[in-house]
Order: sequence, then C-alpha cells, then structure tokens
Amino acid sequence: MNTDQIRLIIGEHGRLSADVARLAETDDLYAAGLTSHASVSLMLALEDGFDIEFPEALLRRSTFSSIASIKTALTSLTNGSAPS
Amino acid sequence: MKALSTLAEDSEPITRVGVDLCAVQEVKTAIARFGDRYLHAVYTDSELAYCADGVKWRADRLAARFAAKEATVKVLRPVDTGIDLRSIEVRRHPGGWCDIRLTGSAARLAERARIGPLAVSMSHEGNIAAAVVIAHTAVSGPVEEAPQ
Repeated sequence: MNTDQIRLIIGEHGRLSADVARLAETDDLYAAGLTSHASVSLMLALEDGFDIEFPEALLRRSTFSSIASIKTALTSLTNGSAPS
Repeated sequence: MKALSTLAEDSEPITRVGVDLCAVQEVKTAIARFGDRYLHAVYTDSELAYCADGVKWRADRLAARFAAKEATVKVLRPVDTGIDLRSIEVRRHPGGWCDIRLTGSAARLAERARIGPLAVSMSHEGNIAAAVVIAHTAVSGPVEEAPQ
C-alpha cells in the first residue's frame, strides 16, 4: 500500500494545519487539524483514489485518525478482509 | 425511545450534551468536489429536500445539519463503532423547530445507552453553523455496540 498517495490525498482534502509530509504515520491527524467534516471529504477522496467504498463498520473516528490507520483500512478493503 | 420516567427507574438520569461547529464553506467545497456522492453520503432525502434551493443548495442549512449530526454522535459516545451519518436525521417541523430521529446504527447505540429523546438547537451566521444536542440517559459511560 502506497502511503505517498495517502499523504497526497490527505494533503488535498484533510485541511490540516500541519504539513502532511512532516507527519509520522502514527501521528494524530485530528490533532494536526482534521475536522469532522474534513474527515468526510477525506473519506470520499480516498474512495475515489483507491476505487473502494468504506463500509459503515469503518465509518468511525479511529479509521481516519492517522496515516497508519487509513493504510490499515485501505489494505483491508483492497484484500477483502474489511468488516462489512 | 424510552420516556424519561422509565430511564429514572434505576438511577438518577444523567445528562449528556454534544456541540459541534461546521464551516459553511467546507460544505460548499465538498458539494463542488464530490457532488451527489457527498450529499447522499451525509444527508437523508428529507434533509436534502429542505436544503434544496432551486438548482443550488443551502449550504448554511446543510452545515447546520452536519453540526447537529456530529453533536449527536458526541451524545451517543460510540466506542470505536461506525455510525452512518444518515442514521441521524434532523427533522424540521412546520412550526420551525427541529428534532433528531435516529435509525440503524445510531438507534441501536441509543437503545443500548438507554438514551431518551434528543433535543437539538441549530444556528448559522456567515461562514459558521453550530448545533447543540442534549439527551438524558441512565448510563454514564460510552457504550459498545453488540457484535452483529
């Protein structure tokens, strides 16, 4: 899973107050400025970018809390192991 | 939803409150970028019907409703449980006041938390929309959803 693409999408849609390029994969995106509404836009952009659809089970705050958690969710969706 | 008198049978009711702000411009940007996908991912058909303005959208009303949904999530206090924002619906009554109707995942959480009727108040001015939601419950902490 290419985290560079995830970082690019976060940079374009996350409206962070921090530079996404400087964030560690486990840094808290909400602490970096991700708002609840921006997380919706981020979700939609990730769906477009990776050609996936987030199921309701993954529509939780923790899914979008870090680059690492997003990567985990996307990996589960692309290999078919995500909760439905 | 259980009545407040039922909630108080076992213990004193506990008040929960949630508040949220939403920038109207963020809603406008989301509509411009994602169109119907954004609208139908967040809002119910009845919410969209009220917020339509000819060929345009009342982004201020949509932002207020988004804030109300997020404020409701704060009241529900999900423990790492996904909630479809469409399962939280703002209903506007002819007299002008609004209330919250829960379905699906949000309704299940409210039931497990024994949360009573939700009261909501919204406002918007300029680029900011705000909402506050209050409810009573007999459960003090967050509630996990039962395995499906």
